[in-house]
Amino acid sequence: MKTTTKLWIGIGVLILLSPLGLILPEYFKAGDAWGEWGADTFKELIGYIPQGLERISSFWKAPIPDYAFGGWQEKGLGSLSLAYIASAVIGILITACVVLVIGKLLSKRE
Amino acid sequence: MHIPDGYLGPATSGVMYAVMLPIWTIASRVVKRTLKAKQVPLLAIGAAFSFVIMMFNVPIPGGTTGHAVGAVLVAILLGPWAACIAVTVALVVQALLFGDGGITAIGANCFNMAFVEVFVGYYLYKLISGSSQISSGRRVIAAGIAGYVALNIAALSAAIMFGIQPILHKTASGQSLYCPYGLNVAIPAMLGEHMLIFGWVEAIVTALVIKYLQKQDPSLLKAGEEVLA
Repeated sequence: MKTTTKLWIGIGVLILLSPLGLILPEYFKAGDAWGEWGADTFKELIGYIPQGLERISSFWKAPIPDYAFGGWQEKGLGSLSLAYIASAVIGILITACVVLVIGKLLSKRE
Repeated sequence: MHIPDGYLGPATSGVMYAVMLPIWTIASRVVKRTLKAKQVPLLAIGAAFSFVIMMFNVPIPGGTTGHAVGAVLVAILLGPWAACIAVTVALVVQALLFGDGGITAIGANCFNMAFVEVFVGYYLYKLISGSSQISSGRRVIAAGIAGYVALNIAALSAAIMFGIQPILHKTASGQSLYCPYGLNVAIPAMLGEHMLIFGWVEAIVTALVIKYLQKQDPSLLKAGEEVLA
């Protein structure tokens, strides 16, 4: 088997395992990454929401926010894990395709 | 380490885009000169790897989360400029599609993870592995150390961007406009957690894949060695 095929299989395994990145933080009661809190969290942290931060933070509405489908945030870890895997598949397909196109355009043929 | 929209003021966001533009331009020129067509699939795998490894949020129990970036591995296999492009694409997709990292902060996030981490990791790996054999254990250790240090320097760079915001932007009443935490809070927090946990994840992942490739397909490592920086 070609190495690239094996590596793609490895990526596939990582995709299937990716919900660990959702479940473990939940299990160990770990919160958001440092500096990645939602704007509202600042009320608890420092007593006010910085004005500029509040204004710019809602600048972009991502289609699949936080690797979860709209309205799924309230569902259990099982559904969220499925959405996480689906997000990984979608994200990786797009990322790989964009890189393949850029690579094709830039690389030299031999 | 994905800085969201709103944490950085327009000055910092703008400067980081302005810094990244020439870097992206140079990267595409260098890659055009050096990347072989048969290396393109590996570049796509590298970008995919970086994308998925960033989804593995590692918890600090009762505290925060963080993750590896995988950028050093891509740099070792394909050179720093190609890695810069691969990680940039992963970061842009994460920002646009999943809201992971801000749109206004793409320049800043790419600077930290697709430039600082990539180049620190690449040159540290080169420095430590020296002229050792492709199959040498020294290269596995070099990959681990490069991963650890590079992720931490990237975290430091992000911390400095966070930390200068209260200095740059305040309202008349003294409230912060953007990230409210100064350097004295941001640097210990970001560097501390990355030194304690997340840097080790990057180190282990990078070292393990290099070790695997030494056995599986040393020619890939050899090709990486021949890429001009």
